[in-house]
Amino acid sequence: MKAKLFDYIDRDNFIFNLSGLTKLVCFICMTFSVMFSYDIRYILFVALLSIIFFRMSGVQFRQIKLMLIYVAIFLLMNFLLTFLFSPKYGTEIYGTTHEIFRLTSRYVVTQEQLLYQVTKLTKYASVVPLGMIFLLTTNPSEFAASLSRVGCNYKGAYAVSLTLRYFPDMIRDYQDIALAQQSRGLDLSKKEKLGVRVKNVMNICVPLIFSTLDRIELITNAMDLRGFGKYKKRTWYVAKKLRKSDWFSMLFGALVLAGSLAMSFVVNGSRFWNPFVA
Amino acid sequence: MEKKLFEFKTKTLVATGLGAALFTLLFMYVKIPTGIPETEIQTAYGIGAFFAALFGPIAGGLIALIGHFLSDSIQYGSAWMSWVIASGLTCFITGFVYPKLKVEEGEFGKSDIIRFNVYQIIANAVAWILVAPVLDIVIYAESPSLVFTQGVVAAISNAVSAGVIGSILLVLYSKTRSKKGSLSKEA
Repeated sequence: MKAKLFDYIDRDNFIFNLSGLTKLVCFICMTFSVMFSYDIRYILFVALLSIIFFRMSGVQFRQIKLMLIYVAIFLLMNFLLTFLFSPKYGTEIYGTTHEIFRLTSRYVVTQEQLLYQVTKLTKYASVVPLGMIFLLTTNPSEFAASLSRVGCNYKGAYAVSLTLRYFPDMIRDYQDIALAQQSRGLDLSKKEKLGVRVKNVMNICVPLIFSTLDRIELITNAMDLRGFGKYKKRTWYVAKKLRKSDWFSMLFGALVLAGSLAMSFVVNGSRFWNPFVA
Repeated sequence: MEKKLFEFKTKTLVATGLGAALFTLLFMYVKIPTGIPETEIQTAYGIGAFFAALFGPIAGGLIALIGHFLSDSIQYGSAWMSWVIASGLTCFITGFVYPKLKVEEGEFGKSDIIRFNVYQIIANAVAWILVAPVLDIVIYAESPSLVFTQGVVAAISNAVSAGVIGSILLVLYSKTRSKKGSLSKEA
C-alpha cells in the first residue's frame, strides 16, 4: 500500500509548464465533451488527443500501470453487467434491430447493443489518460490555487489543499497503527473469520479517526491564531502567471468541448450517432 | 453555543480537509466484502456520516464529494461524476442532523442514535435510489434497469455502513467528551 497519489516529479516540458488553472480547465472541457457525446467517432478523436497529450507529458508508463489494471477490471464488469441487465437497451436507443446471433430468447446480441456498449467503453477509457496527466503533472499546492481562480470559494480550495497535504500523512499513520496492532496479535489476513476481521479493521480505524479529530483541533487553532479567514480574498504563493501557451491551451480545450456540442446538436441531432438509420 | 446549519468556520474547513483525506483513504483501502462480487460495504460512508453529524452538512457534503472524487481519480484516472455527486449529497443530507446533536458535550443517547439513523437512511435512500440512477441516465445514458438495481444495492450497503460505523463512532466519541455540568462543587 504505497501512496502513488501525486507522485509529483517536476519536469520541464510543455504540459508541466502550463499553469494548474489551464490544466484544470482543459481537463474539465475535454471530460465533459466525452461525457456528453455518444458519438464514437468524436470519442475516438478525443481519445487520440488524450494519448498524444499523455506522450507529450512524459509520464512514465509504470507510474500508471496499476491504475490501468483497475480501470480494465472495472470496465469489463460494467460491460458484462450492462448486457446482463439490459441486453436490448441498444435497440431501444437506436430504434432498429440488426441481429448477429442469439444466445437465448432474452439475450440476443445485436449490432445496436454492441455499438452502444463499445461506445460506452471507449467513453470511459478515453478520459483515463487525461485524469492521469492532470493528477501527475500538477503540483498539489498549485492545484488549490487554480481551484480558487476558477471561482471556487477560497476556503473550499484551502480545504482541498489540506486534503492533499494530509493524505500521505494519514496513509503513514494508518500503516503505523496497523503494524502496531498486528504486532499485538491482530490478524487482518484471510486466515481470520470475516466477523473478527471486520472488528480488527475497526480497531485500526478508531485510533486513526480519533487522532484525526485531535489534529483538526490543532490545525484549526493554528490557523485561527494566524488570522485565517479574516478577509474575503487571499493570494496564493504558488499561483503561476498565465502565459501565451496557457491561453492557447484553454482555447483548445474550449474548442474540443464546442466540437462535441456541435456534433451532438448540429450533425447528429441528438447525443447518439445513429449509423443504422441511413 | 448555538449551532447554525450552514456555518463555515475555520474548524469546519479543517474538518473538511482532513475528513476528506480520511474518506479517500478508507474508500480506497478499507472495504468489507459482503460475499456478493463487486459489492463491498464501504466503511468510508460511516466516516462521512460521522463527520457530517459532528461538523454539519457543508463539511459532510464536501468531505464525501472531495473524497470520492479523489479516490476515483487515483484508482481509475477519472471520476464517475454521478456517483460522486450522490456521495456528496448523502453526507450533505445526513448533516442536517448536526444542530440537533450535542455530541461534543458528551450527549449521545438512544433517542439521538435513532434520530441520526433516521436522517442517514433518508439521505441514503434519496441519494442512491433517486439521484444517482437519474444522473447516471442523464449524464452517461446508462440503462435504467441496471442503474436502479445498482442504486438499491448501494443504498442498502451504504446505509448499513453509516448506521453501524457512524453510530458506533458517535457513541465512542461522546464518551471521550466530558459532560456539561459534570463537575460539582464540594461542600
